Amino acid sequence: MRHEQIEKSPNLMMILIVIVISIGGLVELVPLMLSSDATEPDEGIAPYSALRLAGRDVYISEGCYNCHSQMIRPFRSETERYGPFTTAGETVYDRPFQFGSKRTGPDLARVGGRYSDDWHRLHLMDPRALVPGSNMPAYPWLAERQVDPDLVTSKMKALQTLGDPYSDEQIAGAAAEVDGKSELDAVVAYLQGLGINRSARR
Amino acid sequence: MTAFWSWFVAIGTIVFIVWCVWLIGWSAKQGPQGKDDEDLVGHKWDGDLEEWNNPAPKWWLYLYFITVAWGVGYLIVYPGIGIFDGVAGWTSEGQYEQEMQRAEERYAPIYERFAAMDFDALVQNEEAIALGGSLYASYCTTCHGSDARGAPGYPNLADNDWQWGGDEQNIITSIARGRMAVMTPWAQVLGSDEAVDDMVAYVQSLSGMVDASSVKDSARTQFTTYCAACHMPTGVGNPVLGAPNLTDDIWLYGSDADTIRTAIVQGRNGQMPAHGEFLGENRTRILAAYVKSLSQ
Repeated sequence: MRHEQIEKSPNLMMILIVIVISIGGLVELVPLMLSSDATEPDEGIAPYSALRLAGRDVYISEGCYNCHSQMIRPFRSETERYGPFTTAGETVYDRPFQFGSKRTGPDLARVGGRYSDDWHRLHLMDPRALVPGSNMPAYPWLAERQVDPDLVTSKMKALQTLGDPYSDEQIAGAAAEVDGKSELDAVVAYLQGLGINRSARR
Repeated sequence: MTAFWSWFVAIGTIVFIVWCVWLIGWSAKQGPQGKDDEDLVGHKWDGDLEEWNNPAPKWWLYLYFITVAWGVGYLIVYPGIGIFDGVAGWTSEGQYEQEMQRAEERYAPIYERFAAMDFDALVQNEEAIALGGSLYASYCTTCHGSDARGAPGYPNLADNDWQWGGDEQNIITSIARGRMAVMTPWAQVLGSDEAVDDMVAYVQSLSGMVDASSVKDSARTQFTTYCAACHMPTGVGNPVLGAPNLTDDIWLYGSDADTIRTAIVQGRNGQMPAHGEFLGENRTRILAAYVKSLSQ
């Protein structure tokens, strides 16, 4: 087989390219995806409660990940500021994970408990009331929008199907947990739970 | 990773590298062996311009082999092949530990020196205050502001008014363990909108904003009955409970009637999150000294 046979046949070339790239994926990605380091939760990591799950989806729908990462890298410059570095076992219930790729704002992987609930509320409604130089947009509509209890229940059922260890009682109680809560309540609950499984400096 | 996946990675990697070397060797042998007409690609431009099907230049081929050799060298030095951890023994955690170790060697003696110092001396020590200032900038500005003058609901640290007490232990406790200031809602207890308005005027009179002679006796009585438990009968507050002094002209949430009314009707929950575990003992004490120095 001469190379011009490959170069002149797009289908053959396409198949060979797919084979070559697949080998890289098989060797580099598959073992890590199936490794217990990445699939088993760290101590203190549980699936999101109904309210936090709703908050996680507000976080995604408002595009928070565009400016905030949730990935503290193992460098002193990061752990001094944000806390212990992120491990794979902390993100097993994140579908999709919220590592992010750009920090216009600070990393949020361990923001839980670092500020009060009131601080978060005020800050989401009007960031500059607390941080005068902040360029974060305000999200005042979050306080007006209600969390849909049925939707949260369906999401939890879907996640249970995918293998997240939700108990049937948790799913049955989901609607009551988010009843009457605003999206602001949900996203604050989500933020306050981020990374609280580990807080000690080293 | 399990042994199976380690070997899977190792075999996949080695076979792929060998295959790459074979592939480039094989394809380098393709193309013209001599220079006869068969080795022309078959196009003709401008009447007589033809193209040889030449192999890639040798230097290009060598570059390819160099990248393969670099890859093999990398896999020998660093962990990348599953079954072998690399002769350098590198791990990302190890690199982090080393970085932390170097920082510890550099900064531990400084912190030790400060830890041995008396708190008052620390407050006067320029080096300690500079260090505290940079810690403050990293961890505290989001709520208390870069000038430490606070925001509505977030205490001003640069004045000499201390909601929870201003001595060494109190400041350290505030930073390390956090604080929860709770004022419960009082509208129902006070009874009516008018009573709330009277109480607002009474609170304002404590710091001289409203003439004391104009406030109603009923408000004074209610203050003594309900509010004095935390704010003390004279309104000077109680640092043990974090109950603000109402007789000075320093306001945590604001001094206008509406803000005071909100506090009485809805209550307040002032929270300082605990930072002790995150900061550690030494940094907490330096920060406390810095905060103290702001009001001196």
